[in-house]
Parts: sequence; structure tokens; C-alpha cells
Amino acid sequence: MNHDELSELYQEVIMEHNHHPRNYGVLPNANHQAAGFNPLCGDRINLKLNIDQDDKITAIMFEGNGCAISIASASLLTEMVQGKPVAEAYGLFEQFHELLTGKTVNTASLGKLTVLAGVNAFPARVKCATLAWHTLKAALADDASTVSTETGNDL
Amino acid sequence: MNTAHTSSTRFSPADIEKIRADFPILKIRVKDHPLVYLDNANTSQKPQCVIDALKEYYQDYNANIHRAVYEISERATAAYEASRTRVAQFLNASGNNEIVFVKGTTEAINLVAQSYGRPRLKPGDEVLITALEHHSNIVPWQLVCEQTGATLRVAPINLQGEVIVEEYERALSEKTKIVAVGHISNALGTINPIADMIAKAHAVGAVVLIDGAQAAPHTPIDVQALDCDFYAFSSHKIYGPTGLGVLYGKKALLEAMPPYQGGGEMIKWVSFEKTLYQDPPYKFEAGTQHIEGAIGLKVALDYLCHLGLDAIGHYEQELLYYATNLAREHRLNIIGEALHKASILSFTLDNIHAHDVGTILNHYGIAVRAGHHCALPVMEFFHVPATLRASFSFYNTKSEIDCLFEALRKTREMFK
Ligand SMILES: Cc1ncc(COP(=O)(O)O)c(C=O)c1O
Repeated sequence: MNHDELSELYQEVIMEHNHHPRNYGVLPNANHQAAGFNPLCGDRINLKLNIDQDDKITAIMFEGNGCAISIASASLLTEMVQGKPVAEAYGLFEQFHELLTGKTVNTASLGKLTVLAGVNAFPARVKCATLAWHTLKAALADDASTVSTETGNDL
Repeated sequence: MNTAHTSSTRFSPADIEKIRADFPILKIRVKDHPLVYLDNANTSQKPQCVIDALKEYYQDYNANIHRAVYEISERATAAYEASRTRVAQFLNASGNNEIVFVKGTTEAINLVAQSYGRPRLKPGDEVLITALEHHSNIVPWQLVCEQTGATLRVAPINLQGEVIVEEYERALSEKTKIVAVGHISNALGTINPIADMIAKAHAVGAVVLIDGAQAAPHTPIDVQALDCDFYAFSSHKIYGPTGLGVLYGKKALLEAMPPYQGGGEMIKWVSFEKTLYQDPPYKFEAGTQHIEGAIGLKVALDYLCHLGLDAIGHYEQELLYYATNLAREHRLNIIGEALHKASILSFTLDNIHAHDVGTILNHYGIAVRAGHHCALPVMEFFHVPATLRASFSFYNTKSEIDCLFEALRKTREMFK
């Protein structure tokens, strides 16, 4: 049972995204950006994106270093929100958050993000999986300060 | 002592088995594996005798101290003060009044920074620390420097993770008023040459605080021989209860310092015009103290001294040597290879993040620390976001270390 939990956490998809993160690098001419830091782990993520006049995310890239969960989560995030309206991205975060904290959600709309569901068996690692999302939120809100997973917001 | 085993200078495997039986937590299982507890630098496990002492206090003589004339209070007061005597003896302080009970090493350092440092430091003065320090021996000094306009200086380390003694000496001058140095680094295990560092600091007239949080559990300490001015350690890292720490201070210094906090117990007389403070150490113990903590600490120190700090030191070095050799064989990236090290092994595994490794090790019942160990400047120096740290106690065994390396091998497989 334990090993199932562990292999559930470190699924192939996650390992693959960790080794070959998508949209990795610095987006030129980004109009929104933010930096995220998880002081518990030392994970750092820089996220840059472009939002057009219709409030759609047209391009997004990230760079940083961190554990497999945080990198894979950031990579999946960039894939998921690319081309989506900002409002939809916020909605995704909410659902994703519920998935990680063990609440039942409609997994259909989460798509690939469901591979991170295994994190809910590892409460100490939930912050790793949400770091990129908190950073995205800050970037959308144009919050220039570094977001930290330790500022007492949700988790 | 009911759990007496040995005071000879070396432990046999049979001794270790008996010692392990004194620690009830070592029998638990985690994720279907026996617990392998290798996070002793973070906090230590408690022997049954310490657990029993806490229970006995609450069952048999729970009462506040120094305040009442009835029997159980007198008994509690006597037990609390007996602990102070035990600590004085453990550190070879010249008197009980040099031992202040505090919340932990962190509070001890803050107390010295605020009560000794703040009234004395001026712009132009310097406080000197090293690049190896735990955050709790950095931040209190930053605060007092901000408050007083004094300057914080940092003696650098080399790639082995040792303080560069020549640089330390160069940083000392008549401007240096306080030197605060860790006896043993929690992040790397480096043992600092504190006797020499203290003498050099005294030569320029500085007062020296030693952060002994990591040293007290592993090595005999003689504050008079060291001639340090302050020495701090935490009960929870030395097999005693959490929430208690010790500040040793030279009598003359403690006498000259204002109280750290005001309240009950620390006064001789209170009126609205003027309050007279108690003499040290009571001047620094405002409010109801961590009574059972002190009682438990005494039992822990008795236990430790009964086993013998020399035997403990030998055995822990043997574990460190064994683990270090395996780490080299397995090509781990060891962070911190000081010549003189306590039983702490900090490392990284290929490019796998420490937290991933920590999570996987936990699945084999192995508890290690994965993170920055409250020493972010050390991590930055070695250009790593985090390390894994296995820290060994006398109740650990070589077969537990084998478990660690087997689990690391499996981790590598997973991340291949
Ligand atoms: C070297 C060192 N100094 C200070 C501390 C702080 O001790 P405490 O948290 O018990 O106050 C620690 C504990 O991690 C430590 O290892």
C-alpha cells in the first residue's frame, strides 16, 4: 500500500515533466511576471506570461529550481493555462487546490493536472505542488513582491 | 538509575541493544518499517527515565515553585533547583547562580543580545559571528545591531566547511565587542576550535557567546576551561524535554545585565515607584518556569553521564566514519568535510532534490532532515538549495545506516 502511495506520487508523467519541463526558460517581452519561493524547501520559480487585450494567456514560460513535484507542477501549469482566459486559470487553481487537499472535484476539467492527485497523501508536499500556482496568481495580480508559500495564505 | 549499562569507554553491540531498549520510540514502525531515526541534530528522542520523570512530577508533586510553603511545592522547588545544580556540574560552571533556565538556545542568545548587547553596543562597535551559524545565532545579532547602530561581521568558511581561522583573527579588533560562535555546526557537523577562538576574542577585549546547541549532546563541556562568557544549549537536543534551554553566563556579567523580561519571580520588591530585581539567575526567570522541563533535563543529563560522554563520542565517531565511507562508495556529494566533525552527514544525491529524497526515505521508515537546516547562508555558500542531513546518536546502529544507503539506492533507481 505504501509503495502504491509513493509510485502514485512519483508517477511517470511527473518524473518525465521533471526531467523535461515544458515551456522552460525566459519569455521575452512578457507583460506579467512574478517570482515564487518556498522557504521550507528552497524551491524557487520565476514565471513570465503574456496576456492579450481579451484577458487571454497567450504565452507563458517558467524557470527555477526545486523538487520534482514543484517543477512538474509548474511545467503542467504552463501547458494547462496556455491559451486560456485568465478567469479560467483562476478557476483551475481552485479546483486543483481542492484536488490536492483531498476534496472531491470534477477531475474532467483538470485534465492532466490529476496526475498530481497523489500529493494529497503527502501533506508536507502540497506546498511544492501549489508554488507555481501561487506564483501565477501573483503574476496575474501584478504583485511584484516574491510570493512565499509561508505567508499564511491558504495552506 | 534503573537503566544503567556501562561507563566503560567503549560500547559493545550488546550495550547498544540495551541502550536502544531505553528509548520506547525506537520500537515504533513507520510505513511498515521499523523507525530509523537519523534526525538527531534536529531533536533527540527521550529515554524512558525522562518520560517517567515528567509523569511522576504531574502525578506526585505538581505545584508551582518558589512560591508556597506546602510540601509538594517544596518538593517541586527542590527538584527544579537540583536540576540547576546538575547543569552547573555538567558544564563545570563555578556556581548555580551562573545557570539561567530559558526556553531554548534561541532564547538564550536573544537574552544575551538584548540584555548584554543592547545597552552596551554603539555605532562603530562590531559583533562578530561566523558563516556557519544557525539562523538563531544570526538574527538576534542583526536585530541588536539595527537597534544600536553596531555592525555585524561574519568570519568566512573554506570549502571543507571550516571557519578560516586567519580570517577570523583578521576580523577581530578593538571594535569587536561581542563574538558569537557555534561550537558545532548543525548544517555540516564542523567542530569549531572554540578554545582558540575564545582566547583570540578575549585578547581584543570581546565577550564571547558559544552556541552549544549541537555540542552539548556529544562532547564534555567545561566552561571554566574554555573561559567562554556565555554558553547556550537546548534540552530537547540532549535527550531532555522540549521547551527548555540553558544559558550559562559568568556571574559578574549576569549581575551587570538588566532583566530580559519583567514579571513575577524575578523581583525582590515591587512598588509603582521602584522595583528591586532578584539576583541572577532569578532576575532572568520571569513568570512560572518550565518546571517539568528542568526536572526532565536533570534526568537526561544523569542518563547521559552515566553512559559516559567519552563512550558516546567514540561510538558516534564510529558511526560517522562508517556512514562517510559508504557515502563515498555511493558517490554522494558530501557537503562539509571538516577535519573535526560531529556525527552529522550532510549530502546531496545526484540532482535529485532533497525533498524528493526525504519523502522517499520516509517510505522506508527513515527520518532524515531535508532542507536548509536553518542555515541558509551555508546553503548559499555551497550553491545548494537544500541538503539531506543524517545525524547520528549513540542509539543508532550501523545496520540502520545500511538501511539508509539501501533506500538511497532505491531512490536513485526511481529517478533514473
Ligand atoms: C547550532 C544551533 N543553534 C541554535 C539552535 C536553536 O535551538 P532551539 O530551536 O532549541 O532554540 C539549533 C537548533 O536547531 C542549532 O542547531
